[in-house]
Amino acid sequence: MSLRATGALRRRNISERIAKMMLMGAASISVVTTVLIVFSLLEPTIEFFGEVSLREFFTTTKWSPLFNPPKFGVWPIVAGTLWVALIGIVVALPIGLGAAFYLSEYATPRVRKLVKPILELLAGVPTIVFGFFALTFVNPELVKRFWPFGQVGAFSAVGAGLVTGLMIVPIVASLSEDAMAAVPDSLRQGALALGSSKREVCLKVVFPAALSGIVAATVLAVSRAIGETMIAVLASGSQANLSKNPGESMQTMAGFIAQAGSGDVPTGSIEFKTIFAVGTTLFVITMLLNMLSIRLVRRFRQVYE
Amino acid sequence: MNAPAVTAPEVSLRSNSAAGKRLFDGVFRVVLYAALGIALAALAALLWRTWDEGKGAVGWHLIEKQPSERPARAGIQSGVYGTLLVTGLCAALAIPVGIATALYLEEFARKERWYNRLLDVNIQNLAAVPSIVYGILGLAFLARGPLGWGPTVQTAGFILALLVLPTVIIASREAIRAVPGSLSSGSLALGATKWQTVRKQVLPAAIPGIATGSILSVSRAIGETAPLLLLGGLTFLKQNPTSLDDRYTTVPLMIYSYATSPKAELREIAAASIIMLMILILILNGVAILIRNKFQRRW
Repeated sequence: MSLRATGALRRRNISERIAKMMLMGAASISVVTTVLIVFSLLEPTIEFFGEVSLREFFTTTKWSPLFNPPKFGVWPIVAGTLWVALIGIVVALPIGLGAAFYLSEYATPRVRKLVKPILELLAGVPTIVFGFFALTFVNPELVKRFWPFGQVGAFSAVGAGLVTGLMIVPIVASLSEDAMAAVPDSLRQGALALGSSKREVCLKVVFPAALSGIVAATVLAVSRAIGETMIAVLASGSQANLSKNPGESMQTMAGFIAQAGSGDVPTGSIEFKTIFAVGTTLFVITMLLNMLSIRLVRRFRQVYE
Repeated sequence: MNAPAVTAPEVSLRSNSAAGKRLFDGVFRVVLYAALGIALAALAALLWRTWDEGKGAVGWHLIEKQPSERPARAGIQSGVYGTLLVTGLCAALAIPVGIATALYLEEFARKERWYNRLLDVNIQNLAAVPSIVYGILGLAFLARGPLGWGPTVQTAGFILALLVLPTVIIASREAIRAVPGSLSSGSLALGATKWQTVRKQVLPAAIPGIATGSILSVSRAIGETAPLLLLGGLTFLKQNPTSLDDRYTTVPLMIYSYATSPKAELREIAAASIIMLMILILILNGVAILIRNKFQRRW
């Protein structure tokens, strides 16, 4: 019998190869996306730093690029971003971790089946809705009434931070729970057999064993909070403000991009380039956090799978 | 895999105060209930407040009227058309490409190759890039720059497709991974080629999981606002977009316009629009969960 492929077989081989090539082509789109993001940011950013010195950008503390005379010290909007993200994570970490412990270690399957979809619903709420909630309820009804330091206006970093925290609770909760579920049951049973209570199993066995996954979840949540735009735009305000009091209105980096970019900014103008320079700063910060998180997740997977 | 490299943490056996221990156990349990309770209460507050603010203006008439600065005449019709077109385009682009990428990574890619590992990390990273950065990408390459499509349905749909693509890929990969290897082994053993196996065995078995992930991704695209702010979507459009190169606006962008308006009555319109948007998203989420619970087989 001849070993050479006959017509039908050869056609089959060809269609095999075409199918694989098409799938590879589709896969390459996501690489192209990353390359395009980097390129789209790079050129205007380089042009921006041709007009504004790196020194002014990173060492001065006045931010008013859309006014005359423009000032390009980026720290006020970096500080605003960090305030919102910090308040967000301070809210989300205990709530998300508590929910994860409860769902992973305490809840009966029936309760889990009820609570998980509710958390998924929270994850599915659009950010514009969170922003509206921050603007119409959290700022005027909570922050204005209970913030102990100074007067609070219509906008405040703390209001935006609280609601951003609520938004990232599902990220902390579901990723931490995944990490806890990956802890082998033998560890729990060993501890219980030695007379530990459930709390001790949680805090002294599951928590340390799932720690890298929990840290990864936290880092990813911080990254999400830093890049969050709509809550910041609606609730934190449009005033760049370097202040120690988060009860004041502050602009964030993402908020600046959204506000400066909503109008019809002429291509090539300094305003246009500023959007890209801030975008680059935001992209670099969040990418570093994402890479850190991906690394940490890989570590806990390696240990147990 | 080696034995777990984690040493079991030391567990204290001192029980000098059993009552104290029981107290702490109780306190811990209460703290966990409180954490979950706060999250659920906050979600309830959000839904209740929005309902309370918007209930007076909810109704089909919102969809029948075009955007307006005058509260009595304000609606969201052009936004509804825009949302349908933009999300439709987004889904049509992102779902096939996402499934194809997932199939490549799970079934064809050799994991030890450096470029496949890079692809994997790249997708995870893209999933966490802030959405506003995708807006910048669209501004630089699609709306202006080399393609110059302007502020159109096409620009918005493409950018949202790129934005949700990583989520579709990740969800589809999980669904494909859950299909047992014995299924493809059997098919290959009977003489089917790799591609025939993937197309006729793996893909059909993974479809429910892929559908769930895709629906959730599309529902994310429906609510997405930030990147579209940069892509010219923030206008009071009085004409419904009907083709890909028409100007557009979407429901979330209308909500943003109405919410930031100085007129308090327009906030009611914003809240009412949120209610309608949330109902749509709830229905989509419900369908996704239903598909998952009904059709997902345990192998």
